[in-house]
Amino acid sequence: MNMNATFIGQIIWFAMFVAFCMKFVWPPISAALDERKQKIAEGLSAADRAERDLELAQEKASGDLKEAKAKAAEIIEQANRRANQVVEDAKGQAREEGDRLIVQAQAEIEREINAAREQLRREVAALALAGAEKVLASEVNPAAHKQMLDQLAAEL
Amino acid sequence: MAADTPTGYIKHHLTNLTYGKVPAETPVCDAYGELTGETFQQASWILARCDVQVDAMGFWAFHVDSLAWAGIMGLIFVGIFSMVARRATSGVPSGVLNFVEMVVEFVDSSVRDSFHGKSKLIAPLALTIFCWVFIMSSIKLLPVDTASAIAAALGLGYMKIVPTVDPNITLAMSFSVLGLVIAFSIMSKGVGGFFGELAFHPFEAKGITKFLLVPVNLILEVVALLAKPVSLGLRLFGNMFAGEFVFILLAAMMGYWQFIGAVPWAIFHLLVIPLQSFIFMILTIVYLSMASEHH
Repeated sequence: MNMNATFIGQIIWFAMFVAFCMKFVWPPISAALDERKQKIAEGLSAADRAERDLELAQEKASGDLKEAKAKAAEIIEQANRRANQVVEDAKGQAREEGDRLIVQAQAEIEREINAAREQLRREVAALALAGAEKVLASEVNPAAHKQMLDQLAAEL
Repeated sequence: MAADTPTGYIKHHLTNLTYGKVPAETPVCDAYGELTGETFQQASWILARCDVQVDAMGFWAFHVDSLAWAGIMGLIFVGIFSMVARRATSGVPSGVLNFVEMVVEFVDSSVRDSFHGKSKLIAPLALTIFCWVFIMSSIKLLPVDTASAIAAALGLGYMKIVPTVDPNITLAMSFSVLGLVIAFSIMSKGVGGFFGELAFHPFEAKGITKFLLVPVNLILEVVALLAKPVSLGLRLFGNMFAGEFVFILLAAMMGYWQFIGAVPWAIFHLLVIPLQSFIFMILTIVYLSMASEHH
C-alpha cells in the first residue's frame, strides 16, 4: 500500500465527474421524471373526472329520456283530446246544419202550400162562376151575386 | 518479468503501472523487470519497470493504470448518463433510458430517505459515487491475466486495471467526501459552530472546566471525524483487494484451471460489488446528512 500523487489525480477526476453529473446529467433526468410524475397524476385525475362526467351524463340522459317520454305521452293525450273535440264539434255543426236545412225545407214547403192555396183560391171563384153559369145558363148577373161568391171562395 | 514464482506473480499483479521521478543512483531495469546492474546518472521521469524503481519514486508518482482506468470508467458513466439525459423525456421511456431512470430513482429514493436537508449537490454526488464505484469495481470480473498480458504485449511492465483495488483511489474519494462533510458543516453551522462541535463535545461542562476539556474533546472529535473517510475508503479498498487477491491466488495456483474457483468467486462478487458501491454511497449521504444537521 503505497500512497502517492495518484490520490490527488483521483480527487480531480472525482470533482470533474461529480460536477459534470451535477450540471448535465442529474437535472434533465430528474426534471423529466418529475414531469412524467406530474403527467401521470394529471392523467389519473383526468380519468377520474371523465368517469364522474360520464356518470353525470348518463344520469342526465336517463332523466331527459324520462322527461321526453312523459312529454310525448302528454302530447299524445292532448292530440287525442283535440281529435275528440274536433269530432264533437263537427258532429254538432252537422246537426245544426241539418236542423237548419230541415227548417228551410219546411218553410219552403209552407210557402209552396200557401202559394198553391192562393192560386186555388183565385181560380176557384172563376171555376164556380163558370159552373154556375153553365148550371143557370144565363140570368145570373155576376155583379149581383159577387158578394155571395166571394163569401164562398173565402170558405175554401 | 519477475513472475516466475507464485510470490513474484502475486507481487507483480498487485503493482501499479507507476510514472514518477526516480532520483539519481536508482537501478535501471530492462523490459522484463530484471536489474541490469546500471544506475540512472541523474534524476529522471520514467514508467517504473521494477519494484525498486517504484519504491524510489516516493510521493510524487502517479499510478497511471489506476487513474486511466478510473477516468475511462468515469467517462463511460457520464457518457451513458449524459446521452440519456439529453434524450430524457416525460413520455414513455424505453431501452437504456428505462435502466438509467431506474438507477436515478433508486439513488434519489436513497437520498430522500437519509438526507433531510436540501442540496443540489448530494443527489448527483451519490449517483456518481454509486455508478462510478460500481463500474470501476466491475472490471475485476475480467480474468486477472487478461489486462496484464495485453499490457505486457504493449511493453508495459505492470497493469492493474481495477482502480478500486488501489487505496489511493478509494481514499481520494473518501477524503473528498470528508472535505464536503466539513464544507456542509461550516455552511449549516458556521465556522464557529463547526469548531465548537469539535472542541466542546462529547464532554460538556460549564465555566472554566469547559475550556479545560477542549484538548480531550478536540482529540476525540478529530479522530472521530477522520475515522469516517478512512473507514469509508478502506472498507471499499479492503473488500475489492480481498476479492482481487483471491482471483490472483487462484490464477497463481491453478493456472488455466482457475475458472473452477474463479467463476463461483466472480458470481459471489456480483453481490459484493453492488453492495460495496451502495454502502459507499449511502455512508456518504449519511455523513453529509449528519454534517448538515444541528445537534
